[in-house]
Amino acid sequence: MATVLVLIDQPGEALHKSHRELLTIAARLGGAAVAFLGDLNDEISQELGARGVETIYRPASPDVAEFLVAGKAAFLTATVRASSPSAVLLGNSSEAKEIAARAGVQLTSGVITDAVAIGADLTVTKSVLAGSYAVEAKVTTGTPLITVKANIVEVAPAGDGGAPEMVTVDSVIPARAARITGRTAKAASGRPELTEARVIVAGGRGVDGDFTPVEELADALGGAVGASRAATDAGWIEHSAQIGQTGKTVSPQLYISAGISGAIQQKAGMQTAKVIIAVNKDADSPVFEIADFGVVGDLFTVLPQATAEIIKRRS
Amino acid sequence: MEDASQAGLDIVVLVKHVPDAQFDRHIGGEDRTTVREESILSELDEYALEAALQIVEAHGGEAAGHRVTAVTMGPPAAASAVKKALQIGAHAGVHLSDEALAGSDAAGTSRALAAVVSHLGPVDLVLTGMASTDGETSLVPAQLAERLDLPQVTFASSLELEQHGSTWSLTARRDGDVYSETVEATLPAVVSVTDQINEPRYPNFKGIMAAKKKPLTTLSLQDVGVDASEVGLAGSWTSVLTADPRPPRSQGTIISDEGDAGIRIVDFLAAQKLL
Repeated sequence: MATVLVLIDQPGEALHKSHRELLTIAARLGGAAVAFLGDLNDEISQELGARGVETIYRPASPDVAEFLVAGKAAFLTATVRASSPSAVLLGNSSEAKEIAARAGVQLTSGVITDAVAIGADLTVTKSVLAGSYAVEAKVTTGTPLITVKANIVEVAPAGDGGAPEMVTVDSVIPARAARITGRTAKAASGRPELTEARVIVAGGRGVDGDFTPVEELADALGGAVGASRAATDAGWIEHSAQIGQTGKTVSPQLYISAGISGAIQQKAGMQTAKVIIAVNKDADSPVFEIADFGVVGDLFTVLPQATAEIIKRRS
Repeated sequence: MEDASQAGLDIVVLVKHVPDAQFDRHIGGEDRTTVREESILSELDEYALEAALQIVEAHGGEAAGHRVTAVTMGPPAAASAVKKALQIGAHAGVHLSDEALAGSDAAGTSRALAAVVSHLGPVDLVLTGMASTDGETSLVPAQLAERLDLPQVTFASSLELEQHGSTWSLTARRDGDVYSETVEATLPAVVSVTDQINEPRYPNFKGIMAAKKKPLTTLSLQDVGVDASEVGLAGSWTSVLTADPRPPRSQGTIISDEGDAGIRIVDFLAAQKLL
């Protein structure tokens, strides 16, 4: 079987869990090569080798990342042309989707986003219409470019592969491209990323400006903090925490909804969660229609009691 | 391009007629395409239209020669998305209508829309929402930029234009999970905006009356020089093999808090092996 190319974009100091998941899927599909963007340190290249990656392709010019998407897409296209993979796997961030989108046009290749499973014949399973349909889709033209959601496979243990071969790839950035002229890092919360988290505790209108009980329960469970649009629009929490149709789509093992009525736009973002717990004062909240366990009650007493109980049982 | 700038900005806003998410949405037929009854102007496109109208208003208005054209593609009913955009304030509307468009994926959609924009050209700015609320892929703006060979500025949460002689430049902010970025480009460009960029206005009575006199042009694929084989199911690079409605989630246990609900949540978590 031909090699599957995995795009790894800006991992920072170490590989993310989602990168390891992509490498695990690629290994199952026939073996992995990596198109790498960002600083490649020894630790990362050793780990890539141990995960069976034989070749790491890197851009000849570090400038590719200064041009919004266009530079990275040109690099990915050039790498696909140089390596002729059977498929390309990318993460499911909006930037990764757009890199796939542009490379797809350059390569006359189909793109499928939001994959939750990939078969041996590259048939992709995904959810559409806000999780209300399960779809199987296939790329019919060119090299399949597939963006893959986090938390869909168990990461395989790293083996004892040798050092990967390094290959530099030349690519031409389009003359008409938008340039990134400033970049401010956001403060890290220490909590897992929403889209990668296995546990999410989300607050809505009912928290009335105070996310403390939501954050404390999330921390007790090692989870991420999410929010409804009402809560982010009110400025109680940053916009990047928003879950729903105009925010992030998540499918964690456990989703705890606190003070969120569960309008259809909110459900759209979370109804593929494995287990849903809902706490809301209003017994008629639509969220109770989809909850596995629902509490009609005040989140300001129920959540702290749950947090204290979890801490007690673990000590 | 320079002539167009001197005559004012020509802004195209892409609007999509999508199934209303307030109702149950369906996939149907042998083609496994989205059923488009009970459709509306995609909520996320209203932010793009508002951004276009604010740009025009900030730079001398319609009197300065600036023009906002709402463009859609799709079946005859899709014209209502353009009509709504005209009521809100777009100056002209264009509807690419052709049976062959049905079932287009992002590749086919971006092919058709790129042809419409080229047909209308020279255009200074193509504005879109951050995603359609039906397909939800966010692929089309990036593919449009690629096909039109224009700078791509996507997920803008703020957008400023500046004029330098006969050319215009833009500065946008993007708020990602890890970084906030400032992005600069020279027009023409393709820009998608998030729902954080503005508060879209509603059509008022005056706007609704004025919209009746605004031009709405219907184009065919032939008019924009696209062959039917390049769009629709024939021109898509992906294929949907199966589409099955998910079984609805069944309601679980609902309790009223009698002072121990927090503990009962933890009991439930323990029973589910989630602790």
